[in-house]
Amino acid sequence: MKFLRKTLDNLKPTFSKGGKLSFLHSTFDGIETFLFVPNRTTQKGSHIRDGIDLKRTMFTVVIALLPALLFGMWNIGYQYYNAIGQTDTHLQYFFYGLIQSLPIIIVSYGVGLGIEFAFCQIKGHPINEGFLVSGLLIPMCLPPDIPLIYVAVATAFAVIVGKEVFGGTGMNVLNPALTARVFLYFAYPGAMSGDEVWVAAKPENWTDGYSGATNLAEIYKASTGGEAFTPGVFKASAWESFMGFIPGSIGETSALMCLIGAVILIISGIGSWKIMLSTFAGGFLMGQILNMVGGNAYFDMPAYYHLIIGGFAFGAVFMATDPVSAAQTESGKWIYGLLIGILTVLIRVFNPAYPEGIMMAILLMNVFAPLIDNYVIEANIKRRLKRVTV
Amino acid sequence: MSTETVEVEKVAAKSEPLFSKKNRKLVSNPLDSDNPITVQVLGVCSALAVTIKLEPTIVMCIAVWVVMAFSSTAISLLRNTIPNRIRIIVQLAVVASMVAIVDQVLQAYAYDVSKQLSVFVGLIITNCIVMGRLEAFALGNKPWPSFMDATGNAFGYAAILIIVAFFRELLGSGSVFNFKVFEAVGINYVGNGVMTNTAGACIILGLLIWAQRARNGYYEEE
Repeated sequence: MKFLRKTLDNLKPTFSKGGKLSFLHSTFDGIETFLFVPNRTTQKGSHIRDGIDLKRTMFTVVIALLPALLFGMWNIGYQYYNAIGQTDTHLQYFFYGLIQSLPIIIVSYGVGLGIEFAFCQIKGHPINEGFLVSGLLIPMCLPPDIPLIYVAVATAFAVIVGKEVFGGTGMNVLNPALTARVFLYFAYPGAMSGDEVWVAAKPENWTDGYSGATNLAEIYKASTGGEAFTPGVFKASAWESFMGFIPGSIGETSALMCLIGAVILIISGIGSWKIMLSTFAGGFLMGQILNMVGGNAYFDMPAYYHLIIGGFAFGAVFMATDPVSAAQTESGKWIYGLLIGILTVLIRVFNPAYPEGIMMAILLMNVFAPLIDNYVIEANIKRRLKRVTV
Repeated sequence: MSTETVEVEKVAAKSEPLFSKKNRKLVSNPLDSDNPITVQVLGVCSALAVTIKLEPTIVMCIAVWVVMAFSSTAISLLRNTIPNRIRIIVQLAVVASMVAIVDQVLQAYAYDVSKQLSVFVGLIITNCIVMGRLEAFALGNKPWPSFMDATGNAFGYAAILIIVAFFRELLGSGSVFNFKVFEAVGINYVGNGVMTNTAGACIILGLLIWAQRARNGYYEEE
């Protein structure tokens, strides 16, 4: 520690004003504040300093993501050996998944941070930790065998078009991780949908009769095929889907791990429990309504299935609660979450050609969040004006 | 009222050179600092719709230029005889007949491209740039400056469309003028679906506006 501090102190004049490398000041500052608590204090005026700054906020989210990420790594290996018809130790599963997913994570962080550092340097802004979470969320919502070049392109797109054009961290309209995913989804649908991408093994190595179809693909097939709903439509049982022993994107298969993440976020006060709860409630409610309407297998699927298949839990816990792009007002959060849940189920059932409804629903509601806030505030003003007696 | 004769005398009195600085400005301004698409944000609809490939885009640009140049000149010639209250319908009649002629010519001599452009040739009538220049310039200026102004705006429109179409065709289909560039170099290029989509044009247009504002400076109007 002392050695590190000394090195930084020695280097500081080089990067300060007038130093040789002063144009890299933002980068140096970013690394220094990343390693040590800054010793600057506010000089003038009254301020309340909270211990929970952006850095700690972001790290809490990363910690909340870890259970889902570690489980996802294990699951990649598990699905791989399942697909090629072999079994191995759990450690081997995890190790395989680690090797498979680590390059994706490195590319996502490398490209994203590189662009972010460059922009901060050009604009003269201090570097902040805005990308720490996005950089982990992007790999976690992608299929395990996504080509790395696509990851790089999508990350660059998300950081530049999704974030930097609006003014950087805290100014983005859309969730950056979902911007990356939706870009890939429309740019390279072959790598982002279908039955072959969700398992790391190449289809020619699969054992006979194995299908890499996700739950969403299976229920889609059943509903277009005119079958009635039975739990047998899914290869995996409801319990397995909840636990996450199913093919899917790297981090989203396990609803249980997402719930553990949700608990961490709620206890630490980082994620809004209102958004999470109302998103789940909205999805469940809409599922119930569609059950009553009836029609094909998708309509008749019990509502709780909607919450455990696909990326619903992951999106509700980690994506919808993004404090920048979500609604800010307290009652706005209820409306925002509820509409995400409702829209997700509607998109899934009525337009199953877009299998992952939660992505579309969250992005759409991101756009509407400021409008919701506006009406909530106006309603509040109106309500309070009534009490005014002048 | 013999306003026409008065007008003619004025022209003779001034006798401005054809390519005076003022007239050259009419062409050069819309290319950059007063661009109809990136600054005035007009005609965006067709900029998004016809820019998948370069070839139809260029045909579209020529069509827009012909329509604009001729209708601006015609309206400018008629400007003192058009009663103010029905000027929109007169402009519309002139533009519509120009568009009909262009459409017929395209169908006769460039049938394939005309099919690709489909309804968008006809929709030049509703292109805000055409009507905008008639209202804002041709109705109050002499034919030659009106022609120059229409040409400038059509070129400004064309410049943006061609840039957008170049990137869309290159990134979306991996080709330039239907020539597979990446294959020729030996790269196995997978087309980017966003770029063949209309959303891609919107994104490229946004990036273009960003680049232009970064260069020219931009201040939010109150």
